[in-house]
This record gives sequence, structure tokens and C-alpha cells, in this order.
Amino acid sequence: MAETATREFLHNLHELPHTVKDACFRLGKTPESEREESQATFHNLFLHIHSVRVHVRTLKPTLTFGLGLMATASFVITIITGVLLMVYYKPSTDLAYQSIKDIHFTVSTGRFIRNIHRWAAQLMVLTVLLHMARVFFTASYKKPREFNWLAGLGLLVITLALSFTGYLLPWDQLAYWAITIGSNIANSPRELTDAIGITKFFDPGGFQKRLLLGANYVGQDALIRFYVLHVFILPLALVTLLGVHFWRIRKDGGLAKPEDPMGGLAEWGGERRAVFQPLATKTYGLMALVKGKRPPVNRGPENTVMSWPHLFWAELSVFMVTVAVTLILSFYYDAPLKELANPAIPENPAKAPWYFLGIQELVSYSAFTGGLLIPVIVVVGLALIPFLDRRPGGEGTWFGTRSERAVFWQSFFFALAVTVGMLAFTVNYGWLRNWFPNIHQLWIIAINPGSLLVLIFAVWSLFILKRKDSVRLAAVSLFTCFLVGFTILTYFATVHRGPNWHFYWWPSQWPVH
Amino acid sequence: MSRLDPPRINRRSFLSLASLGSFFAALGTAAAGMLRLPNPAVLPGPVRRFKLGPPEQFSPGSETAFAEQNLVLFRDDQGFYAISSTCTHLGCTVARSKDGFACPCHGSRFDSKGSVIGGPAPRPLPWLEVSRAANGDLVVNADNEVPEGTRYRV
Repeated sequence: MAETATREFLHNLHELPHTVKDACFRLGKTPESEREESQATFHNLFLHIHSVRVHVRTLKPTLTFGLGLMATASFVITIITGVLLMVYYKPSTDLAYQSIKDIHFTVSTGRFIRNIHRWAAQLMVLTVLLHMARVFFTASYKKPREFNWLAGLGLLVITLALSFTGYLLPWDQLAYWAITIGSNIANSPRELTDAIGITKFFDPGGFQKRLLLGANYVGQDALIRFYVLHVFILPLALVTLLGVHFWRIRKDGGLAKPEDPMGGLAEWGGERRAVFQPLATKTYGLMALVKGKRPPVNRGPENTVMSWPHLFWAELSVFMVTVAVTLILSFYYDAPLKELANPAIPENPAKAPWYFLGIQELVSYSAFTGGLLIPVIVVVGLALIPFLDRRPGGEGTWFGTRSERAVFWQSFFFALAVTVGMLAFTVNYGWLRNWFPNIHQLWIIAINPGSLLVLIFAVWSLFILKRKDSVRLAAVSLFTCFLVGFTILTYFATVHRGPNWHFYWWPSQWPVH
Repeated sequence: MSRLDPPRINRRSFLSLASLGSFFAALGTAAAGMLRLPNPAVLPGPVRRFKLGPPEQFSPGSETAFAEQNLVLFRDDQGFYAISSTCTHLGCTVARSKDGFACPCHGSRFDSKGSVIGGPAPRPLPWLEVSRAANGDLVVNADNEVPEGTRYRV
């Protein structure tokens, strides 16, 4: 008896590596047939958000350039490095700056980890913006993907908020004055309520500022609030919305793509292959729950491939590229750290990180219009796109409908000329306050270079709407104007604004002080 | 069917609706209650009354910048006055320039009396209340604005 139990025990011990592996991985081996490949996909919590088969079109790198995935990858990197930084960072006005110095100079790999965190964050902002442009120009927001466009817009706002709260934490000069400016932008509805004299009764600006700062000055209360936002509330919101975003991609029928040709021969992945007629409207029960185009059941295997391994290799390579880019940048370029926060005197010029410099330029015309009104108009305008442009067509193709490319280039040069002209005019001749020093503030809130740009762009897109008789083309013109305006303003504020926010051709011409 | 003659609703749906309604009402109230927490009940902050020293220390026609207090003290033949150096646009500290004050953050410009002459600032730089402490030192209360042109005579 004892003899058998011992033998069984030894046998189990011997088999231990295999049994543990089998217990962990439900498939337990490299899949060999398509059936096993599908099992590998849907038996795994992390992979099962993918469908088992993907359309070959969606794997074409030039459809997406992997931008959304790159943004996700950089977010994952910031989460990992962010948690590591939390080990040493101290959210106190007395200790924050010193703890960042410690991370930079003393902590093993601290400098590298902080650089990675910063570069991944920058890459995330960039790729989120580019991803939005990709989705727009491939018309991928159209029915049934309207909601996911909104979710993506929410993710863009949260990404920017994460970046903003992030660069406040070191409590250096950038941080202190960014909090000061940011909380005063939150306060800027007062500019309007003051101008019409109702601040005493209705003061949303003061309320927002108090909520952000927790005090009437920038100090410990503000720092801890931004810390909580940065390390908990905003990441949690982002992860949640990201989950919804991914889930909806799947439920809305995968990435947007044009209707497949029915029958005959067609080009798939550079080859001519047969396309089979669907037999009947037979669908798998679960898949029938998916909205949008019918899943490719019975359509023949030629235009879809197994997600394992094709899609996963593609995703893995995008991840690898993101990690590689981040690592290389972090190796060569340090994350900045300015002098310790000095409430007496800001830097001159005091510039925000690049993604906010366009807004900083707008804010230099009017705090309320540039800091709140125009950003809100832009976000609301972007949110309305899929609900105003509802005619199907062009999904999943770059500049898919007729004359889109032409309208893009026309709008591109139009917006370029208007934005550059407006900036040149403002730099040379100043604005209302310079001409009429006693003018009522309401005029400046309403009429300034920023609001005029928005107005001109809106009129231009209405003109395209009339002339081309197409809502999609009007949307293309407006979105292009927004992209060009954003880019030019960002470039202009980065390169051509110097001390006292004066115009200089190059930073080398800045006066020494 | 008019408003005077609403469709009949059976007891079960009425009770379901009522319970759902009370659930959301409770949820809303709880959320509002929780959101009250981050809205500060008191606003802690340092005292912004600054003793700047005896009046004799400042000669007539002088101007003295107090960086930490974010104000500039002037003395002309009519008396003392203090101008805040916090920009009325978005709160950066303005610096003295050729024609008055200039803001490094967004380019607001003020003349030497604090009036806006350019840039986005919505209001002139505030003039602050000047008084004297019991020991004779000049005191500026940075929380109290006074009309432009107000002088304090010693």
C-alpha cells in the first residue's frame, strides 16, 4: 500500500512542471490547428478581447500605423514606471523637489526610469492625437462607431489631464507656475462674469479654482490634489474608458473597413484570391450579438486570417517598437527639471510643454476665450462629427470618398495662410487693447485672434458644405483646419515666442538677462 | 390621451418606477454629498499684511520692489502707494520694464501706474492699501484693493 502511494507521489513530483503548466495555460501547448489557435485566443483573458479571425485589411500597417496600440503601449509603460517612481516621490512642497533630485542622482536606475516615464507620456500624447487624425481621415467614426469616437475623445482629454497633472508634481518652476496659470484659467470665467458684473452672485470660476487648489494660494493643498488626480483618479478613469474603447471596437465589428466584394476574384493582401458568396445568413449565436456588418462566417477563409499568430505578432511588434523608441529617447535625453519653485518670480518666458503651447498662444489673447471657450468649442465640435456626418462611405480607407484629398489640401493651405496671416498681423499691429486701451473687456473676450480663427474656419467649412454639397467634405475641411491651426500655433509658440511673450525669429536672439 | 387623462399604470410598474426613482435619488444625493468634501470649507492661506519698514527708509521719488510679497512700493511727493505685481491675467509675477510692467508668461503690459496698455490682461494691476503699524512701520495689506491714485501720507 505505502509502496504505491510513494510511487504515485514521486510520479506526481516528476510530472510537476507539466501539471503546473497545464493548470496555468488552458491549451497547454503551442496551437497547431486553426481550432487550437482559436482556443488559444478565446481561452486567454488577455487575448479574448480579440476576435479569433481578423480581416486582412485591418492588418495592413498603412491603415492604422499601429497608432492606437502605440498609445496603449506607452500608457502601459507610464503605469509601470509611474508605480516605480511612487516608491521614492514625496508629494509635499518641502520634499517633492528633493525627492525628484534623489530619483535623478541617487536612486539606482531612477534617472532612467523617470526619463522613460516622461518620454512614454510624451509619446502617448502624440500618438493619441495622430490616432484621432487617422480615425478621422479613414472615416472610421461612422455608424456604428459613433460612440467609440466619443470614448476616444474622452481618452484624449484624460491623456492631456494626466500630462498636465504629471508635470506639476516635481514642484519646480515649471510646476509652480503651471499650477498658477492652470488654476487661473479655471478661474477665468470670472473675466466674463466680472465684465458683466455678476461675479458676486454667480462665480463658477472661483468655484473651479477653489476645487483645484483647495486654498486661495498655490501650496500643499494643491499639490496633494494634483497628486491624487495623477496617480489614482485619472489613471483609473483612463483604464476604465480604455476598456470600453477596446470592447466597443470588437462589438462594433472590428476596425472600420469597406464592404467586401461579393463573389468573383478580389485583391486581398496583394494577391488575387477567390471570394466566396455567403451560403445563407447563418451566423454563430454569440456573434449575432455583434452590431454592424455580418461577421465573416461562410464567406470563405480568404479575406480573414487567424488572429493567432498574425494579429498577435503585429501587436507585439508595435509594442516592441514603442518600447524601443522610448528607451532610446530616454537613454539620450533627460527629463527636464527646472529650479526649485519660486513663488516670487516666474521664468521668462514661462512656457508649458509643447502640447499646451498652442493653448498658451491662444491664452495670450484672452484667458477665458483661449483657455476655456475655444478648447470646449473644439472638443464639442469634434464630438459632434459622427452625428452630423452620417452618410456611409469611405470607411476604413484613407481619404475614401470622392475629392476628399483635394478638399484636404485646399483646407490645408487655406488654414496655413489664415493662421500665419493672423499671427503675423497680431505680432506686427497688436490687438484691440493696444489700439483702444480703455476698451471694454467683453470686446476682447469676443473678438481676438483665437476666436477669429475659429470663426474663419467655421465659415470655410460652411463654404465647402455649400460648394461641394457634402457633409463629409465639410467635416474634412474643418478637421484639417483644426489640425493645421493646432500645429502652427504650437510651432509658433515653441520657436517664435521669447521673453515677455515677444516675437523673436529664433531663440538665439533672446536678450540676455 | 391628454395630461388630464393620463394612461393607466398598474401597481407593479408604479412601484418599480418609484423604487428605481428612489434608488437614483439616493445615488445622486450620496454623490452630491461626497462631492462636497473636496470643496474647501475654509481657505487656509498665509496672512497677506506685510510690514515693509519705517517710512523714512524710502526716499521721495523712489520705488522698491518686494519680490516675496509680490508688490512694488512707490513714494512720490504726494505720499506712498503700493501696486501688486501679480498679473491680473493668469497670476504670473510682472517685472519692471521700460514703460511700466511686463508679464513674462503671456505678454501683458502695464504702464507705471498699473493700467493695461497691451496684451490679454483684463484689469489694471491692483493698488493695495497702505497704512502704518503701531510701531510706525509701513504696512501693505495685499488683500485690500484701493482705487487707483490713492496715496498714503505720512
